[in-house]
Amino acid sequence: MATETAHRFGAFGGRYVPETLIPALDELDVAFDAAIRDPEFQKELERLLKEYVGRPSPLSTAPRLSETVGCDVYLKREDLNHTGAHKINSALGQALLAQRMGKRRIIAETGAGQHGVATATVCARFGLECIVYMGEEDMRRQELNVYRMRLLGAKVVPVLSGTRTLKDATSEAIRDWVTNVNDSYYIIGSVVGPAPYPRMVRDFQSVIGREAKAQMMELAGRPPSSVVACVGGGSNAMGIFHPFVPDRSVELVGVEAAGRGLDTGEHAASLQRGVPGVLHGSLSYLLQDETGQVHPAHSISAGLDYPGVGPEHAYLKETGRAIYVSVTDEEAVEGLGILSRLEGIIPALETSHAVAWVVKEKERWNTGDAVLICISGRGDKDLAQITEMGLLPA
Amino acid sequence: MVSPPATTSSNSITRRFDALKKASRRALVCYVTAGHPDVDRSVETLRALEEGGADIIELGVPFSDPIADGPIIQASSQQALENGMTYDGVLAIIAQVRLSVPVVLFSYLNPILAAGADALSRAAAAGASGILVTDIPVGADPAREEWLGSSPLAFIRLVAPTTPRERMAEIARHGSGFVYLISRLGVTGVQETTERSLPDTIRRLRSTTTLPICVGFGISTPAQARSVGDLADGVVVGSALVRAAESGPEQVLKLTRSLREGLDG
Repeated sequence: MATETAHRFGAFGGRYVPETLIPALDELDVAFDAAIRDPEFQKELERLLKEYVGRPSPLSTAPRLSETVGCDVYLKREDLNHTGAHKINSALGQALLAQRMGKRRIIAETGAGQHGVATATVCARFGLECIVYMGEEDMRRQELNVYRMRLLGAKVVPVLSGTRTLKDATSEAIRDWVTNVNDSYYIIGSVVGPAPYPRMVRDFQSVIGREAKAQMMELAGRPPSSVVACVGGGSNAMGIFHPFVPDRSVELVGVEAAGRGLDTGEHAASLQRGVPGVLHGSLSYLLQDETGQVHPAHSISAGLDYPGVGPEHAYLKETGRAIYVSVTDEEAVEGLGILSRLEGIIPALETSHAVAWVVKEKERWNTGDAVLICISGRGDKDLAQITEMGLLPA
Repeated sequence: MVSPPATTSSNSITRRFDALKKASRRALVCYVTAGHPDVDRSVETLRALEEGGADIIELGVPFSDPIADGPIIQASSQQALENGMTYDGVLAIIAQVRLSVPVVLFSYLNPILAAGADALSRAAAAGASGILVTDIPVGADPAREEWLGSSPLAFIRLVAPTTPRERMAEIARHGSGFVYLISRLGVTGVQETTERSLPDTIRRLRSTTTLPICVGFGISTPAQARSVGDLADGVVVGSALVRAAESGPEQVLKLTRSLREGLDG
């Protein structure tokens, strides 16, 4: 059995959950460790990542963007995965694990809907029952993904409590899990939640960084000088960062959502403007008021609209191994337009934060730099929203 | 010899159970959310609980993200927060009401952490006797559990239907006052029936501890209070009282009295 310190990244992480869930988390700890050491499990996961998800995802050069920012930019194309984002890497791994554990009822929460769609997809593939909790506000913002989940046979449950976004959808998914813990498996969508989730989701997402590391050597003949990814909960960032963490020459940059501006109080920059606190089972940076109430996050992108952040990011920040920066809603929309026009790739609004930061900071790049951006998802899902907001070019 | 205030405070729960045991009665533990439906009526609600025969009152510190609570207590927490209720606001209510029965703070961890290093001694000074934290299970955070366990307040720990027997013993060892046994899988809320496995769970827990056992989650009627009271040392009623508090202190008094009668049979 893993010890209490094994549940943490430095001081962060842990298992701050109702007692009812402790035996289930212990069971999950053991089952996950056994699965990743089992060559049969690894073989099956690799086979499905290849034949069903379409991995490895390509690493693309970005000649026109490179010219614009004055250094070599490389794009890790998670947008080309089946379902259009990195979320399926972890959903697939966890669905295989759930089956191995004999659990046939799957619960998930979703913000932008990408994790919900990925979960609904793998549940359809394996014939598992799927219940997705989604804030009513997010259901409105991401209507297309709601249709996709329903088409895939999932039950989408609107969450009407609190801010009606990802935070409350996560709380509701946890309540379902507490109630149905014996026969249900909770597929968390990010590197958040009680141990072992942050570690497990990171490990399933690390396929992004492992591939990118090898592909950089193949394509560029060198490792990247910087790796840039957007951070909400932080799963695509942890996935691409993780294999590079021991390589101190590689700068790791997480881009948070500054929303309407870091000083407006309407943002989702937990690592830059939050303080450590406990939400959804782990201790990490958290947007909260001085009395310990969680402060609602704001971001134009539903996937970053979360007041917490994965505990391992808190650790990477504290140790200085990664830096965390931010771009506003407006800058993110610009980033979406820039990548679309320059490279013919329409990124998700979440991803657009990472793109926008690289463009915004072009002064800091030198000719010899190799900047690797994680293109975590594609932007089709966001077009209705930004058209409605009048933000698309005529 | 004069006992330090600390001991007096945590002992008020123990003394209450000792007295109940002598009288062969079961404890009626009543939960309400502080600041719900508003601050003034919250005070009246507490007086109604005391008058109606509550033995121990669990006073909920509202939290924005109550993952262990069902719709009724969630809504009451949200209402209380909208009314401006805070951790120190809860302590002010306790100090103002000066109840004759022990008060246990019922909270999530984050508002307690935000209240600072002296949060627990402030609570004791205000008149609280115990603290129960829904999201810090035994072994999750030894340093903070030590902090919670060494304060003047009794540290009430929770046992769930899923808890294995060895872990029950460990939980009981790390708690004081009483053990809160969650009667069923799930979140707080009313339900018609009582869990079939409950007698077995209570027996298992009983074999690991001498602390009184109070059973909560889903108990809302006098009949349920009575049947659970036959097995345990006390019953906790929450959501039903929170719902009554919406209607006013008279409803709370009426329900508390009927629960008392049900329990005393």
